[in-house]
Amino acid sequence: MIPRYQKVLFVILLIAALGMGFKLWQLRDRAHKRLLAGQTIAPTAAPVVSPAEQATLVVANDLENSLVPQVHSLPLPADPGARARAVLGKLLDLYAAPESTHQIAGGAASVDQVFLLPVQGAKDSGDQLAVVNLTGTFAASHPAGLETESLTVLSICATLRATLPTVKEVRFLVDGVERPTLAGHADLTRTYLTNEAAPVEGTRP
Amino acid sequence: MVVIDAAHGGEDTGAHLSSGQLEKAANLALSVRLRSLLTARGFQVVTTRENDSFIELNRRAELANHANAAACISLHATESGSGVHLFASSLAPANPTRFMPWKTAQAAWETRSLALAGAVNSALTHSGLNVTLGRIPLPGIESMTCPALAVELGPQRDADKKITAEPDSPDYQAQVASALAAAVLEWRSDPNRTGARQP
Repeated sequence: MIPRYQKVLFVILLIAALGMGFKLWQLRDRAHKRLLAGQTIAPTAAPVVSPAEQATLVVANDLENSLVPQVHSLPLPADPGARARAVLGKLLDLYAAPESTHQIAGGAASVDQVFLLPVQGAKDSGDQLAVVNLTGTFAASHPAGLETESLTVLSICATLRATLPTVKEVRFLVDGVERPTLAGHADLTRTYLTNEAAPVEGTRP
Repeated sequence: MVVIDAAHGGEDTGAHLSSGQLEKAANLALSVRLRSLLTARGFQVVTTRENDSFIELNRRAELANHANAAACISLHATESGSGVHLFASSLAPANPTRFMPWKTAQAAWETRSLALAGAVNSALTHSGLNVTLGRIPLPGIESMTCPALAVELGPQRDADKKITAEPDSPDYQAQVASALAAAVLEWRSDPNRTGARQP
């Protein structure tokens, strides 16, 4: 004869097992629907390739401690933020090349994002502040030194000014947060003015 | 009075030089050499650090400002570039006021810092060294109330851009220290140079 308390316990455990089974089936169904939804938002058409345009990149030279404007042809998107990212990506690609005069590893992927915002207190003038978000890997692999770090910062500022003349100020983030210096020397806590970085051809900063 | 600031120190190692040495050690070695040469020439010298210790930038500026120095020289070393890089602050020159903002106090000494950079550039070039001169934002130096500049030793290179001396090479450092001491001596005797306290 099975005791009554065992019968009650068996019924409770059975109900719990069925309940958990039902919940598991529900979760599986929900995950499956989420997966299908993810597939439907994936791009089905190739992205439109922007037409190639001429852009002036201000390239650093370590041996001469100089910034030299160079004209390059590259695909430039219409959106100003994407345009800024594209020119900076090209600039850092030049620095990653073996024959570079300002060797830095990383290339275009080192520019995570570029945000363009109105300059504080000058909203009507159309002047913009560019916030350049660099990757931590780029900062970690950047050679340390007053000259080399300053050239990187100033060449980025001057290149932004050459491409987007409305950009008057530049601030830097690394992995989305403020960082004291690029690699121990160049101050990244300040706002850089692009008109102070722009070189006359071959001049020193 | 001359202030010598060996940059970095302690946990702040600075650059990793190609020779394997750290920038903080190369800076300290050059600081010791320069201090000896200046002391031998009759200068009173204040150094911001005498050992491998971490000193904050504001503390370095405080030391320089209390010294009422005729010249403040911050020493750096790097594995990139070529020769000696001289930098003055990029602050726009300003007239001195009774109370100056801490972060831009150097603006009142900017004109004389550029003159000091010119004297150092001349002495280094005269001693056969390759020199580049520039103006950049210099945290720390921008709070100093004295004619101030940063001297960064890059590798010495020949005409084919091949490295002939690393920044921590004793002979190279001796050559640079000797030229810097000569420049400071000339700077002290310059009749156009005015006192440190009154820019």
